[in-house]
Amino acid sequence: MLNPISLAFKKAKNEKRPALLTYTVAGDSSKKQSLEILKAISNYADILEVGVPHNTPVADGGQIQTSAYRSIKNGIKMNDIFKIVSDFKKSKNSKPVIFMGYYNMIFQYGENNFLRKCKKSGVNGLIVVDLPWPENKIFSKKCKKNSINFIQLLSPTTSNKRLKSITKDSHDMIYYISMLSTTGGKLKISPKIILSNYNKIKKISPKKNCVIGFGITEKTISNFRNTDGLVVGSQICKEITRSLNNRQNPVINVSKMVRKLKKKIS
Amino acid sequence: MKLKKGIPVIDQGDKLGFWGGKFGGNFVPETLKKPIEDLEIQFNNLKNDKKFIKERDRHFKNWIGTPTRFIKLNNLTKHVGGAQIWSKVVSDANGGAHKIYNATVHCLLAKRSGKKVIIGDTGAGYAGKMLSMAAKKFGLKCKIFMGAKDIKRQQPNVKAMKKNGADVIPVYSGSQTLVDAVSECMRYWVANCDTTAMCVGSTVGPAIFVRICGWSTSQISRELKVQLINEFGEIPKKLKLYNCVGGGSSSFGFWNEFMDYDKKQVEFIGVEAGGPAKSKRHAAPLTYGSKIGILHGAAQYVNQDSDGQIEETESISAGLDYPGISPLHCFLKDTKRARYTAASDEEALKAYQIVTKYENLRPSLEPSHAFSVALKEAKKLSRNTIVVINSCGDAYKDRGILEKKLGKKYVKSN
Repeated sequence: MLNPISLAFKKAKNEKRPALLTYTVAGDSSKKQSLEILKAISNYADILEVGVPHNTPVADGGQIQTSAYRSIKNGIKMNDIFKIVSDFKKSKNSKPVIFMGYYNMIFQYGENNFLRKCKKSGVNGLIVVDLPWPENKIFSKKCKKNSINFIQLLSPTTSNKRLKSITKDSHDMIYYISMLSTTGGKLKISPKIILSNYNKIKKISPKKNCVIGFGITEKTISNFRNTDGLVVGSQICKEITRSLNNRQNPVINVSKMVRKLKKKIS
Repeated sequence: MKLKKGIPVIDQGDKLGFWGGKFGGNFVPETLKKPIEDLEIQFNNLKNDKKFIKERDRHFKNWIGTPTRFIKLNNLTKHVGGAQIWSKVVSDANGGAHKIYNATVHCLLAKRSGKKVIIGDTGAGYAGKMLSMAAKKFGLKCKIFMGAKDIKRQQPNVKAMKKNGADVIPVYSGSQTLVDAVSECMRYWVANCDTTAMCVGSTVGPAIFVRICGWSTSQISRELKVQLINEFGEIPKKLKLYNCVGGGSSSFGFWNEFMDYDKKQVEFIGVEAGGPAKSKRHAAPLTYGSKIGILHGAAQYVNQDSDGQIEETESISAGLDYPGISPLHCFLKDTKRARYTAASDEEALKAYQIVTKYENLRPSLEPSHAFSVALKEAKKLSRNTIVVINSCGDAYKDRGILEKKLGKKYVKSN
């Protein structure tokens, strides 16, 4: 049986479109609201990335930082984040959820404890921004044992040799960082270059589902229709901030945005 | 966990960059793997390259001004009435602090790799000021990331950076101090690592930055060793080296050459920032038993909550106001080679008053922490014990704080 992540990719492929992955920060702007947002956008998104907020993020730009600080300021704890996922899964059991965060949060929870809790609450995959290959070898094996997809990251600076080793050690899904940037940067290279790098990865590792993230927005997303999957994060976080500033409901605004994104790649 | 003899501590990490199997490492985004690997290869080659060493030494001598003085503090010795009190006046170095060594080496490396821009973080402003000086000297563009709170409290150094042509970029996230400046600097590097070199301002960050910084500041103990032998004919039988510890770059450099001596002969005492006496927030992870966590790419003892969120610190000295600590010091603590303790804001201020009252020396708030503990301990020590305090920064940058806390009479006009 395919795991929920691979199943989501398969479903999108059958519909001849890339899978749509969204990123929102757990607890932004409150526990309750972030759960509502997840429920609303899951009507359009194929896979939900749930950001585990950390207060010294070394790879996140302003938009995601703002969301993360807002959530931390409201008192979000690791156990609340697990609870948000398990509550979400109660109503949308088949929708895959991926945690994205920094290693210290896992380290403090204890790797084994963390994975046990992931399994229990229904987390299907993990992206650990600051645990690169080969440092992640042991942990990614542990993930596999627990049927949790450890998602390796690749970037434009990844050498060919590294690329081969990393994809070899990766599970079903890999994540290509489109350009040299923190999250939320403007697309500073042409989609053509990004796609040619993407195709290089697909050639080396044709069976793995490869998603592209960083710089993907309403404006740029339609350039990447012929890929396995696309991640939109900062633009959604920005929309939450904008809604709050304008005293509008972020749940409605964000779900409108995700519906539009989906339309652009369908 | 064991310290090896005969091998420089900076080279005692394992393949993945961990000291003692658990401190340090490279917890970095994939994008930085390649530039870090490039820097590792470059540094490993150059640190054994005679021509490069010669070039470094030439700049250290003619530009930084080595050696810095090693002086006896006669009046203080008399006043305290115990051990002999000496100071290594590292603030003699060009720019007024030890940060110049690391900044110079990073600029030399950046030049050789063809980078046009160098970026750095700063807390007290010294690391930034020195990087801006070195960048100017070697013809590199320079950007300095500094917490907005630190910009306010360390104005003299901010002015110096701007005068040297650097962009000072204020960081408004989190506590608006050094910890956020380092994060922002690393983020900028993630987005610009193809054209830009990064200098981490202390012995923190991914392993290669810890090593380069430790290698650079070791100049301090190389000089001190010669100076001790000139003065005493040998390394004294009872020698105690006191140094403040924030990130840990000056203390590591102050101790490195004495690493292989028995600690009964050469003892290392690191003094962390205890913060205001009444506050629970401190910047002393080694003294107050913080847990191991990941901060800025390295595993280390760090102030954090049970979830792993990094905690804010509070200290009168911006240079020590950092929740983590160099992996090298974690290693020296757990191998018991060095002893760590803390001084409060008030104790540091008191020590500053005593030192400036008796001596023609003006240690900044950072080394004032070390003076505080050294003066207390020196009282109980015998006359044949040699106490040396690294006066690694000059108080000029602290004049605003000193004036506010102690009144105008403690602030000289220069």
